[in-house]
Amino acid sequence: MARRAAIPLALIGAGAALCVSLAYAQSPAARAIPLTELKSGLAYTGEDVRALQADDFANPGMLWVERGEKIWNTPAGTSAKSCAACHGNAKSSMKGVAARYPAIDAKSGRLFNIEARINASRTGQQQAEAFAPESEDLLAITAYVNYQSRGAAVGVAIDGAAREHFERGRAFYYTRRGQMNMSCATCHEQNFGKRLFAETISQGQPNDFPIYRLEWQTMGSLHRRLRACLYGVRAELLPIGSPELLDVELFLAWRAQGLKGEAPGVRR
Amino acid sequence: MADARIQVPPQVRRGENFEVKIAIRHAMETGYRVDEVGKPIKRNVIRELVCKYNGAEALRVDMSSGFAANPLLQFWLVAVGSGEVAFEWVDDAGTRYAERAALTVAG
Repeated sequence: MARRAAIPLALIGAGAALCVSLAYAQSPAARAIPLTELKSGLAYTGEDVRALQADDFANPGMLWVERGEKIWNTPAGTSAKSCAACHGNAKSSMKGVAARYPAIDAKSGRLFNIEARINASRTGQQQAEAFAPESEDLLAITAYVNYQSRGAAVGVAIDGAAREHFERGRAFYYTRRGQMNMSCATCHEQNFGKRLFAETISQGQPNDFPIYRLEWQTMGSLHRRLRACLYGVRAELLPIGSPELLDVELFLAWRAQGLKGEAPGVRR
Repeated sequence: MADARIQVPPQVRRGENFEVKIAIRHAMETGYRVDEVGKPIKRNVIRELVCKYNGAEALRVDMSSGFAANPLLQFWLVAVGSGEVAFEWVDDAGTRYAERAALTVAG
């Protein structure tokens, strides 16, 4: 009897999912969490972690920011140009830039996050080797660039060529995956604020990356954090910088619209 | 490249206590971990750190794998005169590091 009942229920579920996806397709502005209720991940950490992030000396992420500043001013590649040679003082030229990323690169038409943008400048303008994904240098220069957007409101463009990336990112976000059969939304939209063992589930906001995560004992990118989530639900681990993660990064940035940049964040 | 940050007050009065902070970017690899194919990762922690205030040794720390990665040390010194607070440290790999900060003492 119970088994028979399961079929119509499953059908209803599938129907509901279809309605949901149709509703999203029709109204792009549909937000699961109202803009006024968005909270940075900081709101879900402990007081000790908040204090560590707020102290610009104790915040371990500032070690990477400082290293990033040196990279910014050091000539690299066969062009022997530094980042500063073209962009000048990052404090003014990079102010608020990271808050607008990921964005479509006008030249290639591809979706770039800050890491991809930096590496495109490395190989294009500086004629230098690209930084390896998740390398200390890439984390450092990313931390330095994102640091200049502290306090800047996140706001990305999802029109034009970005649209298809956004839609794919959103589909990824709401798709259940892995052995746990969970989507990003299962935790970060339906259950934020509740406990998952000792952790308080956050809204999964991206406004403070790269972060110094105490569990990692080092800095990590948003993609590394996303991989940790994929690992948690026992899903396939997508490579850092993969198109899927870039798309979901764009969706996350849209979802975080108006949140203030906090890089470098500190998390448990 | 930027391996440490040092903080001393911008100015202190002679005879006063002042706080010194140093944050060091170092993985402090414990030697207890293995890589993704199961091979042990060699221990590489900061073994010894020395702080000199105007040439005189002010602090010596024997460090070990019990320290967190990217350690932050803070301690107090008595202001005896303007000059510098200089740090030197060495890790298991034998790499030596040095970083210093200038100090201005008034009066």
